[in-house]
Amino acid sequence: MSWLDGARETMRRDRVFDFMLPAVDPQAAIDASHGPILYLEDVTVSFDGFKALDALTLYINDGELRCIIGPNGAGKSTMMDVITGRLRPDAGEAWLGQRLDLLRMPETEISRAGIGRKFQKPTVFPEHRVVENLELAMTGPRGVWSTLGRRLTGEDRDRIDAALSEVGLQAEGHLQAGQLSHGQKQWLEIGMLLMQNPRVLLVDEPVAGMTHQEMDRTADLLQRLAGRHSVVLVEHDMDFVRSIARTVTVLHQGSVLAEGPMDQIQSDPRVIEVYLGE
Amino acid sequence: MAAVDPTPSATSLIPEAPHRRLLHGDLGGKILLGTMALLIVVVPVLNMGVPPDSPFHVSDYAVNLLGRYLCFALLAIALDLVWGYAGVLSLGHGAFFALGGYAMGMYLMRQIGSRGVYGDPVLPDFMVFMGWEQLPWYWYGFDQFWFAAIMVLLAPGLLGFVFGWLAFRSRVTGVYLSIISQAMTFALMLAFFRSEMGFGGDTGLTDFREILGFNIAASETRLVLFMVSAVALAAGYLICRMVVRSRAGRVLTAVRDAEPRARSLGYRTDHYKVWVWTLSAMLAGVAGALYVPQVGIINPSEFSPLSSIEAVVWVAVGGRGTLYGAALGGVLVNYAQTVFTAMFAELWLFVLGGLFVAVTLFFPRGLVGLIRRGEKKS
Repeated sequence: MSWLDGARETMRRDRVFDFMLPAVDPQAAIDASHGPILYLEDVTVSFDGFKALDALTLYINDGELRCIIGPNGAGKSTMMDVITGRLRPDAGEAWLGQRLDLLRMPETEISRAGIGRKFQKPTVFPEHRVVENLELAMTGPRGVWSTLGRRLTGEDRDRIDAALSEVGLQAEGHLQAGQLSHGQKQWLEIGMLLMQNPRVLLVDEPVAGMTHQEMDRTADLLQRLAGRHSVVLVEHDMDFVRSIARTVTVLHQGSVLAEGPMDQIQSDPRVIEVYLGE
Repeated sequence: MAAVDPTPSATSLIPEAPHRRLLHGDLGGKILLGTMALLIVVVPVLNMGVPPDSPFHVSDYAVNLLGRYLCFALLAIALDLVWGYAGVLSLGHGAFFALGGYAMGMYLMRQIGSRGVYGDPVLPDFMVFMGWEQLPWYWYGFDQFWFAAIMVLLAPGLLGFVFGWLAFRSRVTGVYLSIISQAMTFALMLAFFRSEMGFGGDTGLTDFREILGFNIAASETRLVLFMVSAVALAAGYLICRMVVRSRAGRVLTAVRDAEPRARSLGYRTDHYKVWVWTLSAMLAGVAGALYVPQVGIINPSEFSPLSSIEAVVWVAVGGRGTLYGAALGGVLVNYAQTVFTAMFAELWLFVLGGLFVAVTLFFPRGLVGLIRRGEKKS
């Protein structure tokens, strides 16, 4: 009887068809007026019976810098995949602001709506200069014909310059990205994220393989970004998380084990048992 | 207090628009264009104005040979655009070259008219020989030059578009793409060998008389064809240079170096590849169309995989990813071939293979890379 249900659906008079709704600019549609910009509720993902996420509920406030920690297999990457639309959960809800249902948006639309993700391994375009990497990441039309005749406006240059100074690579702008050190590549990637004007930045283990000096600079950078953007930081390195010292969420077996300021988390016996105590 | 001089931002390194200061910092390109301008002026003078017994005389034969080399150089540039910049190694670009050549050849065949052996005003000789009563539909229109000129672009462009659309949308890359491009040209060769196809079978199209009403064997015509080839090479270079300097060009290079990343930035990488592949096929078609009247024949051997592989060797020898290097390679390797085959014909293929191995092992950036390295040392 499914066709009958379908037919009934079209006869409903209390709402407008989706395709008749005016197109909304996804970035403008983000409504974070109640505080949180990212809502994850009861999200469950299972792979062959193994629950990677088990009724995960998590709220990220607008402008917040949130650290997410957890042992291997706690579901951190799976959570990122759900938020960016790479993976559809079996159950639960995920919203960007109060209006945008992430589970109904394709991957590209989510990224256009303002969720940027930095993967663990930096992938920049090695043969392009640093500034060209930023140029390619800049928001704007992506079609062949429109990029073919595209002019670089003064405004564009200002945006690239702003991103360069934000991530502290002014002196390296003319270099080929392949010549940068590992840490600099990570910063460049964060800069490329910024070129897309994201509201939410998902940053996956940015300091893996960095020197202490580079770690300090990264901590500064992330703290500066918080406020203007909401930053979700997934990290393994406890020293680094401690140096940022913001709200920490501990994931364990696919759900939230504890949440709170760093000192409180560190003294939580359950956390010590599953994670810190190891 | 003196004002602090603001350091120029690195964004000035990104060209404002592709056509602005097109040759800025492009010494190789300037040399290429300068050489073409020089050839267009000097060769006619040395050919027509200098008496044949003078050492400075350029013979008709040399003009013709040089014209062919320029066609090969244009093919090499087209190949370099997809290989050097988009990272798509084509082992079948000869197919586009040959298709352009066939389109021109069909026009030249229809120009023969009733002067053929059988004297049929419409049908080319080989069709009369096979006993065909009327012209196949796909030969219609080729009595008009403008129609043939459109076909020179359209036939290779359409093949390139369909092939690219099928291959790149299914995300065929790397060696697999090279192999199927090779298979494409091989399949076309077998098809064109069949007489029933109506393209003259293994003899191909030949015995041309006139092009646009001018005797095709006359030295003036050959001179003009040479000059047109030089102009086409220069124009082809400028078109490719414009593409490469645009943001689309930077996207192509990004696709070459890290395609998944380019995709994750929101670029439809398959669209870019289909687009550049089609453009390159059309340029190759133009090269083929200019080549055919200068050699006076087009037959299915132009589709042979070997010709396509040779084109890859030209680009590799000249230096891929520079455009002008490819043109240089196209001219030099073909010159070497002319010299070698005159002396020891059977050794040429070994020399060609050895050259390719040597380039790959010892100077992967080709002749251009060698010159640049020499500059840095001194």
